[in-house]
Amino acid sequence: MKYGIALVAGLMTAGILGTSAISDSHADKAVLAAVKARQSQMTLYAFNIGLLGGMAKGEIEYDATAASAAAGNLAALSKLDQSRLWPQGSDNAALGDETTEALPVIWSADSTIGQKAMEMSEAAVALEQAAGGGLDSLRGAIGPLGKSCGSCHETYRKAQN
Amino acid sequence: MPRIVTIIIAVAVVGAAAGWMVSAPKPVPDDVMAGLTGDPARGEQVFWAAGCASCHAAPDAKDDAKLVLSGGYRMESPFGTFVAPNISPGPEGIGDWTAQDLANALLAGVSPDGRHLYPSLPYTTYMHMQPQDVADLKSYMDTLPASDTASLPHELGFPFNMRRGLGLWKRINMNPDWVLTDAATPEIERGRYLVEALGHCAECHTPRDATGGLDRGRWMQGAPNPSGKGKIPAIDPANLKWSAGDISYYLETGFTPDYDSAGGQMTKVVASMARLQKSDRDAIAAYLKALP
Repeated sequence: MKYGIALVAGLMTAGILGTSAISDSHADKAVLAAVKARQSQMTLYAFNIGLLGGMAKGEIEYDATAASAAAGNLAALSKLDQSRLWPQGSDNAALGDETTEALPVIWSADSTIGQKAMEMSEAAVALEQAAGGGLDSLRGAIGPLGKSCGSCHETYRKAQN
Repeated sequence: MPRIVTIIIAVAVVGAAAGWMVSAPKPVPDDVMAGLTGDPARGEQVFWAAGCASCHAAPDAKDDAKLVLSGGYRMESPFGTFVAPNISPGPEGIGDWTAQDLANALLAGVSPDGRHLYPSLPYTTYMHMQPQDVADLKSYMDTLPASDTASLPHELGFPFNMRRGLGLWKRINMNPDWVLTDAATPEIERGRYLVEALGHCAECHTPRDATGGLDRGRWMQGAPNPSGKGKIPAIDPANLKWSAGDISYYLETGFTPDYDSAGGQMTKVVASMARLQKSDRDAIAAYLKALP
């Protein structure tokens, strides 16, 4: 038992040392935290779209209340303040593809990512209003949301292998 | 002159003459469009199924701006960079083309002035189109807005800038047969037409051989990106485990079964596929599931 505790403690120390070797400054930790936070937001998008897409495909039985709740989550997520999620130097060239697929062009002078985020939010709000109005209404409103996801990923995310 | 030199010169002259003959552009028969009347409504569906806007709309065009076929998309390849031309119905585009001219371009890869077109226009796919679809497509494209953007030349090095050599390339790579020889249902048959004659999915998803032609023995098994960056995924049944419903829904919305979304060039493909009838997206999915 004592040996076990010592082993765990040793592994934890090694883990901390290993992490600190990669990112030994407070600034690096802040950048990685921002990457993790925005990826978590993407995960929440996918989780909520998953229910709506499942209903649209006919895999999950349509339920107006559940659909409205999920679409409401999407609209709320799209309105979160993004200003701390995208710090300079949090692109894939700086951090590596394993850490992030965000391309440096996001931070270029002619970047339209802010406008695209607003379009995404508009699509999510429209979906929130449509989701409870029947399956066809839901289906029709998912298309524009998917398009807004793609319009960002087309330009600003590293193409996937 | 020594006899051997005479023989070598004679062989070279005969060889060059033979090469010149076998590399000659071969247009489609003059009567291929005879008696056909185009229907623009049907042509709109052909237009989206064939993915014309993916390359011929301005690279940043969205929604209805995709109907302005001003060109400009740069397709990088090991042979150089191809630049999609203006194909809008105006003086800078192809406004003076006849339906026969369009048939020659799509079915034979030959321009109105009788020269080879480069296979960046995927005529090894479009050669399988029904002439009626060419007529419908032409009548639809004639309704689109004209663009006054000038077409830019391709940026190809020697010898790939010699169009005549394409005659030999076509002899090797233009195959009139379907890849999926046995289409078991009408839906799969429709999907085969949408993929192998119009959608040209294989142009990216199938690896190429040393000549730059599609390796039909490894159909849809994924390929290096011709730009040299990254890979294009395999979508044959051995590798793509999505259900037919998942594939169809992805083509409609861009959402994967995990509700990630399409990125890169595939977003342009989805933007076109979203404009098709659901039955056609389902047919494409059925075709992909039916591949060996």
